[in-house]
Amino acid sequence: MSQPTPPTPPDGVVRVERLTKTFGHVRAVDDLTFEVRPGRVTGFLGPNGAGKTTTLRMLLGLVRPTSGTATIGGRRYAELPRPTSVVGAALEAASFHPGRTALDHLRSYAPQVPVTDARAREVLATVGLAEVADRRVGGFSLGMRQRLALATTLLGDPQVLVLDEPANGLDPEGIRWLRVFLRSLAAQGRTVLVSSHVLSEVEQTVDDVVIIAGGRLVHESSLADLAAMTTTRVRVVSPDVDGLARLVQASGWRVGPDGAGPGWVELEGVETPEVGAAAFRAGLELHTLTRVDPGLEGLFLELVSRGAPGPVQQAPAGRAVA
Amino acid sequence: MRAALVAETRKVLTTRMWWILLVVMAAYMALMSGGLAAALSLAPEQTGAGSDAPPIGPEQVVRGAYTVAVSFGYLFPLLVGAMVVTSEFRHKTITPTLLAEPRRTVVLLAKLGAGAVLGVVFGVVGTLASVGAGAGVLAIIGKPTYLDLGSTWRTIALSALALTVWAVLGVGFGATITNQVAVIVVVLAFTQFVEPVARFALASTDWGGGIAKFLPGAAGEAISGGSFYSVSGLADLLAWWQGLLVLLGYALVLALLGRLTTLRRDIT
Repeated sequence: MSQPTPPTPPDGVVRVERLTKTFGHVRAVDDLTFEVRPGRVTGFLGPNGAGKTTTLRMLLGLVRPTSGTATIGGRRYAELPRPTSVVGAALEAASFHPGRTALDHLRSYAPQVPVTDARAREVLATVGLAEVADRRVGGFSLGMRQRLALATTLLGDPQVLVLDEPANGLDPEGIRWLRVFLRSLAAQGRTVLVSSHVLSEVEQTVDDVVIIAGGRLVHESSLADLAAMTTTRVRVVSPDVDGLARLVQASGWRVGPDGAGPGWVELEGVETPEVGAAAFRAGLELHTLTRVDPGLEGLFLELVSRGAPGPVQQAPAGRAVA
Repeated sequence: MRAALVAETRKVLTTRMWWILLVVMAAYMALMSGGLAAALSLAPEQTGAGSDAPPIGPEQVVRGAYTVAVSFGYLFPLLVGAMVVTSEFRHKTITPTLLAEPRRTVVLLAKLGAGAVLGVVFGVVGTLASVGAGAGVLAIIGKPTYLDLGSTWRTIALSALALTVWAVLGVGFGATITNQVAVIVVVLAFTQFVEPVARFALASTDWGGGIAKFLPGAAGEAISGGSFYSVSGLADLLAWWQGLLVLLGYALVLALLGRLTTLRRDIT
């Protein structure tokens, strides 16, 4: 494509380049480019309808891109010989025949990996479903289905894992278990791509984040770099509407994205003592002077609501291709 | 390809639908064959010597009763074949199937193969149920069963073959329609109403008989070399190998249609 690519990307690198998908008049995915590296858990984040699942389906060869490419270790999914031994993917917790047992579900995909029934039993034990191996999936809870979907992805001991909303339907203990499990997979050098519509759900699991909204990339960096972007704000309320406006202007303070109104303002890049001192000097009566921390989730929502890519892409020390 | 075939066959055999349909088919065929064997054997005697109805030969009794599965039971392999595909769309398991084998032509071929495996099971069981019940009834009422004749066994084997092809055709049909409810409605309407009426109506015209024998049901019956309908004098049939080619032709066209429509689409 237009960007020069390194000769041969290392194994397990997932690369999405200028990927676009149009359904009728709707651009579900719009010129999306990002990269997912091995040895890390990457959160693929965005609100519902942002194009996450469509992107993953294009990556896995289920949906044909309108333009652009998505590759795994430099190859398109359909070009991988025995793809399930390279990539383990779970797209929907509902992809089961309700009349099939958990073990038979795995046995139905085992021949093409190829693995034996013993391996199927092994992965069931890994996800904690050994005892219900011979029960029909129709009677499974959503959490059990999620575990079975995860077991399916593990059958071929793949280098790359692609999981769409794997925490949906898990109880808090299940989420904690999933976190430890995904971290251990990444620690073994695997590439783990996990989608979610809430950052807080994966905040303690992921190393890197790729955030999309409206089918477009709005942010790509390590989680640490994203966290560094969160700025605390100072909320000030005064009964003296004009006095407050004058003080803000005279002090040269920056007004935050939540803006200002008659008698209140939210400031960025300044701390409470500084504001308090200035107000005291000006003889301004304050009714509120408080520090507001939007946190990661707040920043995420803000990035997403801004939608289109803009200056936010220039994250401090933005992730460089290794 | 072999792995895909094993996987597709496993997918069918690990659900309950196939054996439920198989049991229903066997019971239905046994009932019909037994009933027809009795009715066809007893009928000439009951009408008495004064009747001008042409006597029905014993060989026709055998053909009419033993091949009843080809005339009335083929919707079972047809449905089970279609479900090899429709069940995947109904339960969204088409996604993991295409993840395990992204080459969609290979998936379709494997499914046709699984359909053939099922077809052999349905063909053998359905035909043996007809033969067992028919011959049993004939033996009880003291009529010859003709089971010692090579030609009878040839008919039986061809009946099983016809039912096998029906299952393969079912896979192609399922790949074209994919909606399970729609498939069941269309199969029932076509096999139980549209084709019988069409064959009856066409047979009553001069030119229609030539068309009627190319209908899928007639082609299926032709494979077994005879049938309830032809015994009843309702229709001309093709030669067995012509029937086989016609029915395989339907299967091929439907499979191709499915490959060019369903399996070309995005799986969302």
